Amino acid sequence: MPLYLNDDQTMLRDTAKDFVASEAPVSHMRALRDANDATGFSRPLWKQFAEMGFTGILIPEAEGGLGLGHVEAGVVLEEIGRNLSPSPFLATAVAAVEALKGTAAAAVWYPGILSGETVAALAIDEGAKHNGRIAMQAQRAGNGFRLTGAKQFVTHGHVADLLLVAAKTENGTTLFAVPNDADRLTVTPERLADSSIAAHLQFDGVEVDADAVIGEVDQGDAPLARLLAAGRTGASAEMVGVGGGAMDMTVSYLKERKQFGVAIGSFQALQHRAAHLYSEMEVARAAVLKAQQLLDAGLDAAEAVAVAKAMTGLATTLAVQEGVQMHGGIGMTDEFDIGFFMKRARVLAEMFGDTNFHANALAEAAGY
Amino acid sequence: MTEALDQFRAETRAWLEENCPAEMRTPPKSEKETTWGGRNPEYAHPDQKVWLDRMASRGWTVPDWPSAYGGGGLSPAETKILREELKAIKARNPLNSFGISMLGPALLKYGTEEQKLEHLPKIARGEIRWCQGYSEPNAGSDLAGLQTSAEDKGDHFLVNGQKVWTSYADKADWIFCLVRTDKTVKQAGISFLLFDMASPGVSTKPILLISGNSPFCETFFDNVEVPKGNLLGTLNKGWDVAKYLLGHEREMISGFGLGGSGKDPLVEAARKGVDPILRAQIALFQVRSKAFTAMSEKFIDELKAGQAHPAQPSMMKYYGTELNKARHELQMTAGGSDALEWESEASHQGAAARTWLRTKANSIEGGTSEVQLNIIAKRILDLPS
Repeated sequence: MPLYLNDDQTMLRDTAKDFVASEAPVSHMRALRDANDATGFSRPLWKQFAEMGFTGILIPEAEGGLGLGHVEAGVVLEEIGRNLSPSPFLATAVAAVEALKGTAAAAVWYPGILSGETVAALAIDEGAKHNGRIAMQAQRAGNGFRLTGAKQFVTHGHVADLLLVAAKTENGTTLFAVPNDADRLTVTPERLADSSIAAHLQFDGVEVDADAVIGEVDQGDAPLARLLAAGRTGASAEMVGVGGGAMDMTVSYLKERKQFGVAIGSFQALQHRAAHLYSEMEVARAAVLKAQQLLDAGLDAAEAVAVAKAMTGLATTLAVQEGVQMHGGIGMTDEFDIGFFMKRARVLAEMFGDTNFHANALAEAAGY
Repeated sequence: MTEALDQFRAETRAWLEENCPAEMRTPPKSEKETTWGGRNPEYAHPDQKVWLDRMASRGWTVPDWPSAYGGGGLSPAETKILREELKAIKARNPLNSFGISMLGPALLKYGTEEQKLEHLPKIARGEIRWCQGYSEPNAGSDLAGLQTSAEDKGDHFLVNGQKVWTSYADKADWIFCLVRTDKTVKQAGISFLLFDMASPGVSTKPILLISGNSPFCETFFDNVEVPKGNLLGTLNKGWDVAKYLLGHEREMISGFGLGGSGKDPLVEAARKGVDPILRAQIALFQVRSKAFTAMSEKFIDELKAGQAHPAQPSMMKYYGTELNKARHELQMTAGGSDALEWESEASHQGAAARTWLRTKANSIEGGTSEVQLNIIAKRILDLPS
């Protein structure tokens, strides 16, 4: 398969580009933030995503979805990133859909995701740094389980209908689908630097039925691996959008802004930095597409996914830093959008493991 | 379609299994084991010749060239399969050749039928080794300022002047050379000539480099007579050919960042145990290196589909060469004092140190990194002059 978008994917990209830019541009995010919106995203917009068919991209056709792949999901995510659109798309329509895929729980949750009713949140991290360790316990209790422990960095966790929770069971890990109004569950939303909202979840013996198990008891590693591969690849695609958006905005500014009587983009010091940034973004984009295609082909994508997340972390961090610096003083103002890109990039870089986490994973996989 | 390709893959795999000698599935032990061909070929190992001849017999040294010119006549999809299968058995490149990587594409695009038939098959079979006469003492990054002249003498051109950094000029059989045919204009006064290095008046002088090796030469032309028919493309339009060819050269040099097809020496070194800071540096390098491998695949796919930006080779050249320099800095650090040995048997006569120093030229030759960044800024990002 050639490493570029095919005609259908290009068409989808054009549709997504127009749709997100018109319905949820950066000003949409700014308006939500200025209104101190408590949801963190627009529910009507999420409905529109469903009407466009976007929420069903990764859901099999037999279950009412489009039966497409990570490349197509990534096409939408890139536009979400470029427009900094607050959306449950990544957690719900990508990571949760993949975790549920092929399990009995899919039939329960897919219809709501397809119709844009359901929002899912991922309760994976227990510390400030994503590290794969799970301390949360799920003990057998009657017909079901009792969950005890804490999670954090749960995007949209305060409003999600469905919480995907990873916990330790007797002989392994189990992934649970927990409703967020469960008893003995304390949800504390916190606003983050990028004005998105992520929750701390405290489970003090939260009781769930046996049918809350996604897949099989003690066999949660498989759905969790699907969730993480999809989440990491998806976050990478969104970061390519954030970095690409910051770069485009910055290159435009270099052509407009005049100092010493000329456009500052005529200065070689800035040209070389912009050209270097372009190179880093191109390489990151290739790494993401490679990971998406491998996932879609059902091939071993572990290395490619780690490379994609690590590389987009490097490239996008550079893009937003250069973006603010090259905008000069105006880049430091809240009124100008470039700072929003810097904040969003920082949050996405942290999500599902940062560059260092994935570089370390590559080293371990290579035996050093 | 897919079925035919599957069959092609199966046949290719079987043929390679049968025909690629075992020794040619191991990385070259030194630069001497690189096959360059030519009138006076040097083979450090006899299987180099066996492997070259077998591949050339199928046209697979240049799989995507037309078979009429010694190529394999393969489609892009078949070419990709062949490369994948070669990579899978870690096969060595059967023939390193500036004729293949640089001149060939220019001949295919600009050559007359006669020129194509004359030169391409000999390139494909590794019979003629070419060198490139571009840079001059006063024309480096400002290449179009070149002064080597070709005077029209009726039935021939009379060439006078000097080239520098001519890779392996002392070993090459023919040269493709930029010459000035009009002194009143800059780019529009340049023509592209092909001539035999055995012509009277051609002399070369190897330049000793910081690596202790002399891969580059000074090349002198003293009243060299070149037949008129050896002009490639139109008179005074040589700059177009040169730019086209530079794109291919940059693609080739950008491949330097990819590392070999065998074991990664950096990973091998890291496995033996390195300090945690170097381990982290290597891991972060691997992120970029592996991402660039995907970029190279994407670039080639886009190129074949005609979707690549015409200036994208500059990005590839810039990124690949900087990556390669970074790789060798890390390898030297990982190697410690072993890697510093310059002559010992154990160090393969200082292979690590000499290669490290050689890579410093990667971001200079074929257009410096700074020139590539200028090109990206102007042609891709459309930044003002």
